[in-house]
Amino acid sequence: MKLTKLLAGSAIGLAMVMSTSAANAAGELTVVSWGGAYTKSQVEAYHKPFIEKTGVKINSEDYNGGIAEIKAQVEAGNVTWDIVDVELSDAIRACDEGLLETIDHSALPAGADGTPATEDFIEGTLYDCAVANIVWSTIFAYDSSKIADGPKTMADFFDTAKFPGKRGLRKGAKVNLEFALMADGVAAKDVYSVLETPEGVDRAFAKLDTIKDDVVWWEAGAQPPQLLADGEVAMTTAYNGRIFNAVAGEGKPFEIVWDGQVWDLDLWVIPKGAKNKETAMDFLKFSTATEQLAAQASWISYGPARKSSAPLVGKYHNQDIDMGPQMPTAPNNLTNAVQNNFEFWADNADQLTERFNAWLAN
Amino acid sequence: MTDAAQSSDVLVAYDGTPLKQQLAKTTRRMKFRALLLTMPLVLFIIVSFVLPIGDMLFRSLHNPTGSNVAPNFAEAIQKWDGEDYPSDDIIKIFVEDLATARKNREVGKTVGNLATRVNYEIPGSRSLFTKTARRAGKITEGPYLDALIKIDKKWENKNVWVTLKRVTRDYTLSFYLAATDRKYDENESIVRADELYRIYLPILWKTIWLSALITFLCFIIAYPVAYLLSTLPLRTSNLLMILVLLPFWTSLLVRTSAWIAMLQKEGILNNVFVYLGFIGDEHRIQMIYNATGTVISMVHILLPFMILPLYSVMKTIPPSYMRAAKSMGASNFLAFRRVYFPQTIPGIAAGVLLVFILAIGYYITPALVGGNDGLLISNLIANHIQRTLNWSLGAALGTILLVVVLVLYWIYNKLVGVDNLKFG
Repeated sequence: MKLTKLLAGSAIGLAMVMSTSAANAAGELTVVSWGGAYTKSQVEAYHKPFIEKTGVKINSEDYNGGIAEIKAQVEAGNVTWDIVDVELSDAIRACDEGLLETIDHSALPAGADGTPATEDFIEGTLYDCAVANIVWSTIFAYDSSKIADGPKTMADFFDTAKFPGKRGLRKGAKVNLEFALMADGVAAKDVYSVLETPEGVDRAFAKLDTIKDDVVWWEAGAQPPQLLADGEVAMTTAYNGRIFNAVAGEGKPFEIVWDGQVWDLDLWVIPKGAKNKETAMDFLKFSTATEQLAAQASWISYGPARKSSAPLVGKYHNQDIDMGPQMPTAPNNLTNAVQNNFEFWADNADQLTERFNAWLAN
Repeated sequence: MTDAAQSSDVLVAYDGTPLKQQLAKTTRRMKFRALLLTMPLVLFIIVSFVLPIGDMLFRSLHNPTGSNVAPNFAEAIQKWDGEDYPSDDIIKIFVEDLATARKNREVGKTVGNLATRVNYEIPGSRSLFTKTARRAGKITEGPYLDALIKIDKKWENKNVWVTLKRVTRDYTLSFYLAATDRKYDENESIVRADELYRIYLPILWKTIWLSALITFLCFIIAYPVAYLLSTLPLRTSNLLMILVLLPFWTSLLVRTSAWIAMLQKEGILNNVFVYLGFIGDEHRIQMIYNATGTVISMVHILLPFMILPLYSVMKTIPPSYMRAAKSMGASNFLAFRRVYFPQTIPGIAAGVLLVFILAIGYYITPALVGGNDGLLISNLIANHIQRTLNWSLGAALGTILLVVVLVLYWIYNKLVGVDNLKFG
C-alpha cells in the first residue's frame, strides 16, 4: 500500500517535471558567449529585439572558449547549449569532428541592399558549420597618461630599453608568436610562411625570450584593461573591444596601437543535437542580419561580418564617438595587419602549446 | 525411541532442527544484513572510484579512433610489412574509408577525429587529412598513391604511412611515450622528444620535489605547534586549536585568494615592506604567481593535516615519561630524542603521508597562484582534459601520477610501516 502510494506519487511528480520542461523547451533558447562587455553588446543588439519579435525566452550563458564543453555535451547525448559563439579555429575543428550542425548558407537572409547572403558576407566568414558575426582583433595598448610619447610599432612593444616596464601577454602560443615575428622585422603578410618553418618558430621564441622576465601573463579578456589601470604593466596585448570599452565606458586614458594587429572571427555554431535547433537557427539568421550586426557595433568596437552592415555603423550608443575608425577592419588600422591563420593553428596548436609551456616553465 | 536417541546426540533448537544448522542460518542472515548495510558504501566506491580509475587506465592504452574512422583500412594496413609504400589496394581502401567517413559525419568517427589523432604523432599533419578527405570522393581510379601525392606532397613521406599503421591499432603506448617526453621515430623505435618540447618529466620531478618541500616545511612548522597544543592547559589549548581549525574549515578558494591579496606586488606584505623601508617602491618582491607563492599557500592550506595527527599522538604521551628520563640523568635534548620523539613517529608518519599525497595531486592552488613556474602535473592533466581534449594523454599522465604515488607509498611502508600510522 505504502509502496504503491510512493510510486504513484513519484510518477506524478516525474510527469509534472517532464511536462514543465517540455513546456519550457518550446520557447527557450540557450545562447552561450564570452561574457562581459561582449555579451552585453549581443544582448542589446541581438537578444532584446529577438525576444521582442518572437517571445522566446533566452538564457544567456558565459564560457571561456574552447570546444571541450560542446564535445562533452554532444558525446553524452545531452546537449543543453543551443547556439555558441566560438573562435574560428575551434569552429573548424569542431565541424571536422562532427560536433556541429551544418548550416545552409542559402537560408541566411539577404543583405539590406538585397545582396544574397553568400556575397554579402566578407570572404572567409562563412563555413559549413559556422557563420561569422564579427571581426575582432588582438592589439596592444598603453596608458597615455603614463607614457607621453607612446609606442608606435610592434617592435616598440618588445623594446624594454626604450619603453621600460612590464608587458602583459595572453598566456599561450597563439598570437604571441605572430607578434614576436613582426617585432623582429617580419612583414605581416609573411608571418605564417616564416612560422611554418622550424627556424621561424625558433626565431619567434628567441624574440619572446628577450622580454620573458618582464611579462605578466593574462588569460581572461577582462584582465588586460585591469592590468593597465592598476599600473601592473606599462603596455599589454588585449582584445581591441575591451580596450575601447574601457576608454569609452570608463574614461580610461588608454591608447590602441594597431600596428601588427592579428584579427580573427567570432562565429555562431549550433552543437549537433541541440534541443532547440530550429529556434537556434532562427536566432542565427536574425542576429547575423545587416541591421543587427550594425547595431552591435554601437556597443562594442568589433567589425560586422557583412559588407552591407558597414555603412550603417554609426556612433557609440551613448556618446559622440564614431565607431567606424575603431573597427579592426578600418582601412587605417589594416596597414600592417594579419588575419589569424586558423589552418596553421589547427595543425600546430598542440605542438606549439607544448613548446610554449616548456618554454614558460624553464 | 529413535527420536530420543537422536535428540541426545545432536542439540536441537526449539523447532526440532539441529542447533548447529539453526546457528549457521542465523549467522548467515546476520552476515547478509551486515553486507547489505555496507552495500551503499561498496556501490559508491565502485561507481565513483573503481570504475573511473579503471576507465582512465583503459583509456590511456586504448584509443580506437583510427579503427573507428577507417575500419577497413585499419584491418588492411596491418598486412603491410613497412617496406616501401603500402600496396595500391590498401591505399584504395584508405581513400574509400576517408570518403565514407566524410559523408557520414558521425560523432567520434569523422576524418577530423583521425586527423587529430595523427596530429598528436606528427604535429602539423592535421590539415593533410581534412584536405585529402574533401577530395577523396573524386579519386576514382588508381594508382591511388599518386593521386594522393597530387593532392599533397606530404603523402610521399613514408612516416605518414608508418604512423597510420600504428594509430589504427586500438592499443597503443604512444600516450605513455608522450607523457614521458618520448616518441616513435620513422623506424618505429622509441626516442626522446626534442629538448625544447620536453615538459612532462621535468614538471613531474618538480611536482615531487615541491611536494616534498611542502611536506618538510609543514612538519617543521607543525611539530612545535602540536607540542604546544598538547601540553598547554586545556583552556588555552582549546583556543589555539580553534585557530588551527578555523582556516581548516574555511573554503580553499577563499584562503588561496587571501594569499593573493597578501603576497601580490601591490599587496599587503609588499606595502608593509615598502612602508618600513626594507625595499624601494620600484623593487617590490614577486612573491606570487610563481613557485614561491605556490609553496607558501600550499603549506598554509595543508598545515592542519600535519598538526592534527601529531596532536592526537602527542596528547597520549604521558608527561611522566620525560620526567622519568630526566630524573635518570638524561639532558633535555637526549630525553626528547630518545623518549619523546620516537613516540611521536606514528603521528609524523601519518602527517607526512597525508600532506605529501595531498600535495602531489593538488590542483586549484597552483592553478590560481602558480603563474609560470609554479604549475604542477595536475594542472597539465587538467589542461589535456579540458582544453586540448587529448583525454588519452591526460589519462596516461594521471596513471603515471597514480603509479608514482603507489611506489612512494610502498617505499614509505618499507621504511616506516603502515601499521605505525596514527591518523588521530
